[in-house]
Amino acid sequence: MGNKYSIFSLIKNALSYHENWQRAWKDPTPKKEYDAVIVGGGGHGLATAYYLAKKHNMKNIAVVEKGWIGGGNTGRNTTIIRSNYLWDASARLYDHALKIWEGLSQELNYNVMFSQRGVMNLAHNLQDVRDLKRRTHANRLNGIDAVYLSTEEVKKFCPIINTSQDIRYPVLGGTLQRRAGTARHDAVAWGYARGADEMGVDIIQNCEVKGIKRNGDTVEGLETTKGFIKTKKIGVVAAGHSSVIANMAGIRLPLESKPLQALVSEPVKPIIDTVVMSNAVHAYVSQSDKGELVIGAGTDDYVSYAQKGSHQIVEGTLNAILELYPIFSRMRMLRQWGGIVDICPDASPILSKTSIKGLYFNCGWGTGGFKATPGSGDLFAHTIANDEPHKLNAAFNLNRFVSGDLVDEHGAAAVAH
Amino acid sequence: MFVINCPYCGERDQQEFKAGGEAHIERPKQPTELSDDEWAEYLFMRKNIKGVQYERWNHAHGCRKWFNMVRDTSNDEIKAIYKMGEKPPSI
Repeated sequence: MGNKYSIFSLIKNALSYHENWQRAWKDPTPKKEYDAVIVGGGGHGLATAYYLAKKHNMKNIAVVEKGWIGGGNTGRNTTIIRSNYLWDASARLYDHALKIWEGLSQELNYNVMFSQRGVMNLAHNLQDVRDLKRRTHANRLNGIDAVYLSTEEVKKFCPIINTSQDIRYPVLGGTLQRRAGTARHDAVAWGYARGADEMGVDIIQNCEVKGIKRNGDTVEGLETTKGFIKTKKIGVVAAGHSSVIANMAGIRLPLESKPLQALVSEPVKPIIDTVVMSNAVHAYVSQSDKGELVIGAGTDDYVSYAQKGSHQIVEGTLNAILELYPIFSRMRMLRQWGGIVDICPDASPILSKTSIKGLYFNCGWGTGGFKATPGSGDLFAHTIANDEPHKLNAAFNLNRFVSGDLVDEHGAAAVAH
Repeated sequence: MFVINCPYCGERDQQEFKAGGEAHIERPKQPTELSDDEWAEYLFMRKNIKGVQYERWNHAHGCRKWFNMVRDTSNDEIKAIYKMGEKPPSI
């Protein structure tokens, strides 16, 4: 590796006042033809390119991104990583990703600040208790660490939670996945971009796809704002804009794109050293390394690409946060934003071939794609390189909406992300 | 957040409404004769347009009536509202 980051490179560059750090990735103009082109330079797209180059030896490939890399949902999520999903297919998919996360910083030579601080899911009614216990058992059968906690154990693990039984939605218990946690979202995009660039992948920013050229049922290339790019394989990883790209290719997807909001507070000293999520009241919170509380709200119910959401969604989330954590009542919020998430009817992703040869879609991650970034890239690269899905993503094909073999994670697996 | 002009109640806050998804998806007339592909199309596939989209809304915390809306999903601007059964305006 030509520009390996280490304590020595840090010292060396400190001597020149950090003015001589090399660029982490190049800014190439697109070639006329590639073996494969990835549409979308977020975490999933860059990871796909990285694994295509690394594991499948496809070096003549490009990532085209209409804005800047990591500027979409990769930079807008609440950075939660966990794999405690209910169904076997999902549990394997997300745990595959979690296992890659555990060694990712070393592999990329880039600190993604993966922190296994644990993710706790709260139960607020008897049905929650039953569902979470069932999920804990399902997780353990799939080899995923999960424990069920009583109210007292919840309080012990996170002392600032209000466990009074007099509140509107009292805490009746919870689950804990200790291997779960958070990572630095921007670093994930940058680390994969640097790694892919080093292996010869062209990362082309400010390049919007305007059309997909087909010859019958085979793709021939992409019309972009930087000209026509010829290619036989197109992997679309466009999140909220997946339907827009699908429309260009003339295929239909079962997606709806909706605004999902998050917000952060002013920075404070360490107060919460884990991630706490609550489905029933729809609030989740963690604390960033800068000290900000990172709070995730829910989605709006209407289709929108406007990257903003409704005020009452944020208000509802903050009401729940304040009831669960009275200590936050005088915190001030610093920023609020929205991202556009592509939601599947069964709340599971699509990593699939399509009816058009050479056109692949990786979409439908909905409100929880960040956690899957490395696994999604790995499996999607496998699907593109071999023109066949890996056994871990075979269940997440587009045809499941015809066959009825859905992976119904809605509400089943702590599906707030 | 926006203000919606309910055709029965007038202008109300969006908070009172529930979005009901894409409009003018017709229920199959002969459900027993539908293929699996056609069922998938009807049940799951959506246009999910970035731009002008026809959709259904319900005044859930008001008159509870359904109506149709034409809205630009790229900026949330409402173009037109019309009652169920009325001919959709061309925008």
